[in-house]
Amino acid sequence: MNANVSLTTPAVSVAIEGVNLSYGDNHVLKDVNLAIEPGEFFAFLGPSGCGKTTLLRLIAGFNRADTGRVAIGGQDISGLPPWKRDVGMVFQSYALWPHMSVRRNVAFGLEERGVKRAEIERRVEAALGLVGLGHLAERRPSQLSGGQQQRVAVARTVAVEPKVLLLDEPLSNLDAKMRVQVRRELRDLQQRLGLTTIFVTHDQEEANTICDRIAVMNDGIVQQVGTPMELYERPANLFVAGFLGTANILNGRVLGSGADRGFEIEGGIKLPIAADVPIPDGARLVFRPQHASLSEAGAKEGDALAIPCVIANREFLGASIRYGARIGTAEVAVDLPFQSGRDLFEIDDAATLALSPRSLLWLSE
Amino acid sequence: MTAVPTTPSPARAFSATPGQIALALAIAAFLLVFLVLPVATVIYVAFTEKGTSTFTLVNFYDFVRTELFMRSLWNSFYVSAMSVVWASVLALPLAYLTTRFAFRGAAIVQTLGFLPLIMPPFVGAVAMQLFFGRNGSINLLLDDWVGFKIDFMEGLNGVIFVQSVHYFPFILINLSAALRNIDRAMEEAAQNLGSSGFRLFRRIVFPLALPGYLAGASLVFVKVFDDLATPLLLNVKDMLAPQAYLRVTSIGIADPMGYVISVVLIIASVLAMWLSALALRGRDYATTQRGGGGLARRVMRPHEAVLGYGVVILILALVLAPHLGLLLLSFATIWSFSPLPDAYTVAHYSRVFGESSLYIKNTLIYAALAGGIDVVLGVAIAYLVLRTKLIGREWLDWMASAALAIPGVVLGIGYLRTFYGVTLPDGTPLASLWITIVLALAIRRLPYALRACHAALQQISVSLEEAAENLGATKARTVRRIVVPLMTGGILAGFVTSFATAAVELSATLMLVQSNSDAPLAYGLYVFMQSAAGRGPGAALGVVAVVLVAACTFLSHLIVERSQKAKGMGH
Repeated sequence: MNANVSLTTPAVSVAIEGVNLSYGDNHVLKDVNLAIEPGEFFAFLGPSGCGKTTLLRLIAGFNRADTGRVAIGGQDISGLPPWKRDVGMVFQSYALWPHMSVRRNVAFGLEERGVKRAEIERRVEAALGLVGLGHLAERRPSQLSGGQQQRVAVARTVAVEPKVLLLDEPLSNLDAKMRVQVRRELRDLQQRLGLTTIFVTHDQEEANTICDRIAVMNDGIVQQVGTPMELYERPANLFVAGFLGTANILNGRVLGSGADRGFEIEGGIKLPIAADVPIPDGARLVFRPQHASLSEAGAKEGDALAIPCVIANREFLGASIRYGARIGTAEVAVDLPFQSGRDLFEIDDAATLALSPRSLLWLSE
Repeated sequence: MTAVPTTPSPARAFSATPGQIALALAIAAFLLVFLVLPVATVIYVAFTEKGTSTFTLVNFYDFVRTELFMRSLWNSFYVSAMSVVWASVLALPLAYLTTRFAFRGAAIVQTLGFLPLIMPPFVGAVAMQLFFGRNGSINLLLDDWVGFKIDFMEGLNGVIFVQSVHYFPFILINLSAALRNIDRAMEEAAQNLGSSGFRLFRRIVFPLALPGYLAGASLVFVKVFDDLATPLLLNVKDMLAPQAYLRVTSIGIADPMGYVISVVLIIASVLAMWLSALALRGRDYATTQRGGGGLARRVMRPHEAVLGYGVVILILALVLAPHLGLLLLSFATIWSFSPLPDAYTVAHYSRVFGESSLYIKNTLIYAALAGGIDVVLGVAIAYLVLRTKLIGREWLDWMASAALAIPGVVLGIGYLRTFYGVTLPDGTPLASLWITIVLALAIRRLPYALRACHAALQQISVSLEEAAENLGATKARTVRRIVVPLMTGGILAGFVTSFATAAVELSATLMLVQSNSDAPLAYGLYVFMQSAAGRGPGAALGVVAVVLVAACTFLSHLIVERSQKAKGMGH
């Protein structure tokens, strides 16, 4: 790949302020506020129907907000039609025009901008070189593999040197192996161009591996914004905790106060809770599978909370073993590292589940 | 055709049973005798010296030297090309308005757009004479109000006018489908890169819809080029199809010029289809992807709406004119030199259903038999092509589809020449029997039925058949108990299409009808329409034909929809 090209423009910020959008009675975006920094690789992450693609299309100008505004580099673009916004979008289906060669596809945006012939040629070469497809310029899109088509779509978009790059689930039409490779390439490309990039995905692993920050969305609402690690370690609510990684959730209620303060899990088991731990109303007890451990029934280690449980099932995952442990009526997942020769718990064994108080999260809806 | 491989792979060994081979051979024999042989005979006669079997090009030399034939060739070409132009003028606005804008009544427009197809064009020609002819309603009114007349219906213009109004739905249907199938992301990607308005249309939307347009346009060209009855009825004789017909019927089947013209007709047909296939090669963009949806529909601004609805109403009025004219004529006592008939009567209908009911009966028998033959052949060919590895199976498909390129008048001439020499034990020539008409109709409509059966079989998952075989059913029993029942919708649709179009076919039958008692409805219509006195009953017969075809079209639509719903194949 030829890194010696001038497809870079100064990075700009993207601000979304007070955006609401409805389709009839369907309130798709609810008071969305986001500030995306210049040069940031930012993800909209959420399940299908959460409004993430609608928000992306709003930035591109294909949707109109009922209220609020979108600003790029401090300039309000809400009133501009899509063709005057100068934000490059890579479509989920790639949307390569089948009646044009790869070269003509990539040249299209430059031609629309009235760029001179020689300059178009130079920039098309540069863009195709950037994605390593210079040798396939004369092919038709239908003669390319999925991964190649995806790279042409990226080249077509970056060739016009947009202010912002929008990626709508760009990896969803690739097979699993290509996905890992292409996401690295995308990250690499974004770093070299220094382009403010917004990436829409429903796959938390994709967002975690390549994005600087993530906005987790559900039901048209931005649930939390943060770096992948922040979101994983300090989820703001049950949705974020459950959407990023596996989370065990135990229902119950807080009883007593001071030294007697405790959390009674549904089914009657009571855990002592320090008086100074803040617990919001209606909160549930949340912990990650790898933050718990299992030992012989009746064992007790240090200040860990010891909860009696029964082994309900066991799955071998390679590096670890995931146990399903029944606590009262609930079942939680516990990951233990796999070491050959070590004794395993069997189904229906009684055991003790140990939890460090520091690893507990208290989250509500 | 040897279908037994030397080293049988399991798939091969089980995929060509003796029964399938016998079936393939029987179909091949049928197509060879009733399609290839007559056409080959026509070509053979065109290239041999009259009365001998010596190869010669002198007939073609005569053709080129005869001013009438060269003029006819040019006229046929001119009329076909101009019909494509005017059909496009009618179809483009309807297709564009109904697919690109939030257009109230888009469904009605699309449905009414089909209307011309259910009326044989030569029937429309008579009705259009009444409105647009020299002394038709429009010209009488024009003469009254502004003092001049417009020659809509004179000479070649009349043929062009009638043909474009009749055949524009082919362009409308194909172009609308092409426009609807464009993925919205195709348009949005262009907007995202800075394109909009007419440039966007010219660079993205139009090229993507072009294959659909070309498919429709080439079909219109071929249909007009081959049509015999419309120019004849409008008294235009200097076109190729009428010339071929007139040579054979007036000078005799021994005269080589009719055959030479036939060969020219075939070449023109094949050339037009080949050109459109060439234009389409590698350009059949099925661009809709999951979740893509069609192009964005825009709401029209008020002045756009006025213009849009105005154009649509004008075109629809033109489309409905022949139907209205025919209906009025069928109830009219006298309609001449006046914008509307003088008085009304039902006498024409009683005549049609009385003494002339023979035409209707013949039509029902012929079309039903032809449709039946077509679906049997269609199912068999589709099955052999899609479900067996029989060597040469594609040839059956190609042969059957090739009938599309053979003009009706050519097939008629070929049948006359080929089967006149073949006599039954009592001395009657085979070509004079009504069954010959049925066979010609069956061959002409086979491509339609074959497409319907092919599509129906393609939708059935092979695993359904494998499950039956796995449970012990033989190939033949699987076909009978699983394949055919699942294909019922497609088979019925194919039958109805063949039936309806065969019922109003005239090009081939005009040649083959030997006595009035064997004549089908279209022939009777043609005979009636020759004289002024016959126009009333002719129109009544025309209304019967239109109602018949309309009912069939509606029925086939209903059947397809039902069977798809029943099988949960709503997509």
